[in-house]
Amino acid sequence: MINNSLKQLGDMLQAKKISSVELTQAFMARISQYNPSINAYISLNEDKTFTQAKAADAQIAAGNITPLTGIPFAQKDIFCAKGWPTTCGSKMLENFIAPYDAHIISQFDAVGAVNLGKTNMDEFAMGSSNETSYFGGVKNPWSFDRVPGGSSGGSAAAVAARLCAAATGTDTGGSIRQPASLCGLTGLKPTYGVVSRFGMIAFASSLDQAGPMAKSAEDCALMMNVMAGFDERDSTSLNRAKEDYTKDLNKPYLNKPLTGLKVGLPKEFFAEGLDASVGKVIETAIAEYKKLGAEIVEISLPNTGLSIPVYYVLAPAEASSNLSRYDGVRYGHRAAEYTDLMDMYNKSRAEGFGAEVKRRILIGTYVLSAGYYDAYYLKAQQIRRLIAQDFTEAFKKCDVIMGPAAPSTAFKAGEKVDDPVAMYLQDIYTISTNLAGLPGMSLPAGFAQSDDGKALPVGLQIIGNYFDEARMLNVAHQYQQVTDWHVQTPDLSLLEGKA
Amino acid sequence: MALSIEDIKKVAHLARIEVSDSDAATTLSKLTGILGLIEQMQAVDTTGIVPMSHSQDLSQRLREDVVTKTNLRDEFQKNAPALGNGSTEQAVSGGLYLVPKVIE
Repeated sequence: MINNSLKQLGDMLQAKKISSVELTQAFMARISQYNPSINAYISLNEDKTFTQAKAADAQIAAGNITPLTGIPFAQKDIFCAKGWPTTCGSKMLENFIAPYDAHIISQFDAVGAVNLGKTNMDEFAMGSSNETSYFGGVKNPWSFDRVPGGSSGGSAAAVAARLCAAATGTDTGGSIRQPASLCGLTGLKPTYGVVSRFGMIAFASSLDQAGPMAKSAEDCALMMNVMAGFDERDSTSLNRAKEDYTKDLNKPYLNKPLTGLKVGLPKEFFAEGLDASVGKVIETAIAEYKKLGAEIVEISLPNTGLSIPVYYVLAPAEASSNLSRYDGVRYGHRAAEYTDLMDMYNKSRAEGFGAEVKRRILIGTYVLSAGYYDAYYLKAQQIRRLIAQDFTEAFKKCDVIMGPAAPSTAFKAGEKVDDPVAMYLQDIYTISTNLAGLPGMSLPAGFAQSDDGKALPVGLQIIGNYFDEARMLNVAHQYQQVTDWHVQTPDLSLLEGKA
Repeated sequence: MALSIEDIKKVAHLARIEVSDSDAATTLSKLTGILGLIEQMQAVDTTGIVPMSHSQDLSQRLREDVVTKTNLRDEFQKNAPALGNGSTEQAVSGGLYLVPKVIE
């Protein structure tokens, strides 16, 4: 049951082979057993969860089922959910109870989905290992001494360990795709503006985008049908006609599933910096795509290397502005002792934010300060356009772009904590799509052997043109029809503290 | 451009984050590393390139000037922090938020 797809679970619920309460109990039992050591969830609330499950069962009994009704999901703790603690992984918001629902939370509620709890994450989504969380790191279910990736590390570990049917994540520079890659999941970052940011705690507003983290492309498509859509409350939400993201999953082609599909391979994604073991897995996946009828085209994204410098100007600049709201006045942490208002601000922020968040606020403040604006912020915005233009050129030659989602498999906890620049390089293949606003996804493509003999998941990244999510899901789904990487599960029997 | 301890202190003041002398040294070394990474941008010729702030170059949408929000003041005030300086009371009074005195 815990390994079933969303479609299968929906069918079982509709046929009344299982109730939402029973399904929720099954996941809750696993959460009690494994979460104390994995630490995927920051908050749980059985009363709220089971109230939703009972309501879902009543809805199903009334014959009012939709594809996700009664299915238990985990929500990243960046989304406000009314009455739930919403911490964003920070001490700053440790005691914050959301007074309203994020758009996507109301969307899940409206179809009768069940919220199992709020998942752990890097503080304010700033990190690639979940180690900046005030609530502690998260274990990678595939190898307990390794990180799950970040910032959506709790959501990734929860799906991989089957502590939920699927989860939500957010992706500002790779925070859905990199953890999906490191934990063996299928995760999608939609085109910027497709999913509303209302009620999603802001990091870098021109880059932030929410998306699904699940077991398969089909699951992601079903979640997108609920999550995507115009919302007036987000000023950058795009007013487009409602789309069915499952419509192209089984799209028939001539004689092979993907005949004629032009797959672009950017040579910059296979250059220095990519682990050889990861490169090998990606090459095998590309060979599989050839068998499915795809045609491989070599392309170039010449400004890929600049995406990290540009991102570490723009994202901290936007963050320094967004996070100025945490001043200890109306909500959030206020210092216990202070002399005057200025001292209250300075101490509340020094105590409430962790080291990485402070670094980024300081960088952002520096690049926006008088005399440096043109050299940093404006320059970064200009190069951002060059990066976006690289993709426009590339998509003249291909339908989708493929490559690795991350340069390595899951690394050991503590390995990169003291070296921010090394940590930032984790997002070398994902950041450029955020800067361009394009959709990107990661799907399991196999395993690479680590030095200590562990088999660790490798994610294949698919980047599509604007609003091409349905096609990308089709491309991923067809691969998942002929491979079984996405149905592999980690062995949790060695987890310490197991009941 | 090399950062100094004074730069760190100045930026920390602008950002309203207290940085102790010992933290300032660590912060300096980490920020120097990050700025080194950022410095790669300066080698690129961007003459005439229009800065990009939105991926689809859309401008802000306008809406009718009507009330769309309900009053959630009581709800919001439940999240007010403790007053501090020895008081664990919430920093609210009569629907207002309490801060240290700023006008003599």
